[in-house]
Amino acid sequence: MLKVKNINTYYGKVHALKNVSIHLSPKEIVALIGANGAGKTTILNTLSGVTPMQSGSIDFAGESVGALSPDRIVKSGISQVPEGRQVFKGMTVAENLELGAYLRFTAREPKELIRKDIVKIYQLFPRLEERKKQMAGTLSGGEQQMLAIGRALMAKPKLLLLDEPSMGLAPLVVQEIFAVIERLRSDEGVTVLLVEQNAKAALKMADRGYVLETGKIILEGNAADLLENPEVQRAYLGKEKKDIWER
Amino acid sequence: MELSDQIAQYLVSGLSTGAIYALIGIGFAIIYNSTEIINFAQGELVMLGGMFTIFYLNTLHLPLPLAILLAVASTTAAGLIFERLTIRPLKSPTPLALIIITIGGSILIRGITMMIGGKDTHALPAFSGSEPILIGSATILPQHLWIFALTAVAITLNKLFFQYTITGKAMRACAVNRRAAGLVGIDVKKMVFFSFAISSSLGALAGIIVAPLTMTSYDVGIMLGLKGFCAAIIGGLSGGVGTVLGGLLLGVLESLGAGLISSGYKDAIAFIILLLILFLRPQGLFTKAQTERV
Ligand SMILES: Nc1ncnc2c1ncn2[C@@H]1O[C@H](COP(=O)(O)OP(=O)(O)O)[C@@H](O)[C@H]1O
Ligand SMILES: [Mg+2]
Repeated sequence: MLKVKNINTYYGKVHALKNVSIHLSPKEIVALIGANGAGKTTILNTLSGVTPMQSGSIDFAGESVGALSPDRIVKSGISQVPEGRQVFKGMTVAENLELGAYLRFTAREPKELIRKDIVKIYQLFPRLEERKKQMAGTLSGGEQQMLAIGRALMAKPKLLLLDEPSMGLAPLVVQEIFAVIERLRSDEGVTVLLVEQNAKAALKMADRGYVLETGKIILEGNAADLLENPEVQRAYLGKEKKDIWER
Repeated sequence: MELSDQIAQYLVSGLSTGAIYALIGIGFAIIYNSTEIINFAQGELVMLGGMFTIFYLNTLHLPLPLAILLAVASTTAAGLIFERLTIRPLKSPTPLALIIITIGGSILIRGITMMIGGKDTHALPAFSGSEPILIGSATILPQHLWIFALTAVAITLNKLFFQYTITGKAMRACAVNRRAAGLVGIDVKKMVFFSFAISSSLGALAGIIVAPLTMTSYDVGIMLGLKGFCAAIIGGLSGGVGTVLGGLLLGVLESLGAGLISSGYKDAIAFIILLLILFLRPQGLFTKAQTERV
């Protein structure tokens, strides 16, 4: 479904992505883990067309999307939930969701269909419905994350890119949000690329995973295998070498 | 005339010039909110509105309503060309570069208008006569009523556009969070273009409806632009109520100051208010900490 081959992305002279290749099959949940500054956000932004790549190729659903502008990429079925939520704070919850469907409005899709999808988002996140007339900036962190996910879903993506959805949230809220992500895959058939620093939670939910270090993919495999991998345990799961040796 | 009658008179004229300032100020705010640029050429668009009307009316001898419509359209086109030539080509300009560019643009527009249209001052006929209407003991000119009515219509349409249409909402989204707007597929550059279209046409309208009262010439844009900027600053650069109130307040204070103290102070009042606001309440008079801008 998504095939990323040997992409290289630069910020001026900073070589942020070095020959990165990843692939996702339909309905997969794939985790992308790595330390702060490894280049996780850069991968998502390259996929979204925000930070164009210098070389390499991105194929999505049989179409080459590597050179498309951000709006064309959303249209082709890839939506990103950005790091730090980035909701439209001075606008209401309902307006945020409508704007998620911006391209569907401009494509003159019947408004009833869009309204029905907003109702679906409210079913997914009932707390958003209670607050639909509130300014997004007044929501709690968890609610803003839900809104950011809901806004991305309003574009009806086939592939959802999530950038650190658990950042700064209480464990219970993280559980709630991860449960919704799993439901999206099982009920709606959405494919998910999940970027996380919370490697353990991400790998527990994911089918497969990639480990990124200073712009390079250094490991890939089944999520369960990665969870057991000593290198991953040491670097990302906070286990000391001693603990691993003792087992 | 009694003092109270005089004050009523000053209020009427103050509110009508204030309405003009509000229209110009909203133009500043709309562009600021979508680009973070203060477009110092905004006043020249106001001037162009009046001058284009004079041209269509006196040179082409078109009827007034048609001349007005064409003048708004021509000014809007000028504003869009300005955006295409100056703002759009810049990749990642510094604020200072943008200030210099918009000021340079304003000098250029003024210069071209002077070369083509000359330095004369022109009078636009009042839209429906200039027979004063007596209200109580104060009089009001028909043109004042036109100013109030057209300003109210323009501001209401503007508000409805930003509140209820998807394009209006998308423009607000760009103002609130440009990056996120891009990620939901909003073409930010197109929204910037739209914001120039709207603020040019509001500016043109302001320049046209005020021209029968104050005359117009190639250089009226400087002062009108400054007053509109002041209204927008009082309103915390809001594209809505704040700037409208800012414009009305400025118009009334000017009119009272000029009438009761000395007409020499009229223009100084705007400068003083501008400086006071910038020093004491840079977020504007009517804004709380969290602003909703449009
Ligand atoms: N806008 C930018 N300009 C310059 N360098 C950047 C920019 N964004 C990110 N970088 C650099 O690129 C590298 C990868 O950053 P990022 O993708 O944000 O990492 P992560 O999301 O994994 O924390 C870092 O070294 C970071 O400093
Ligand atoms: Mg990141």
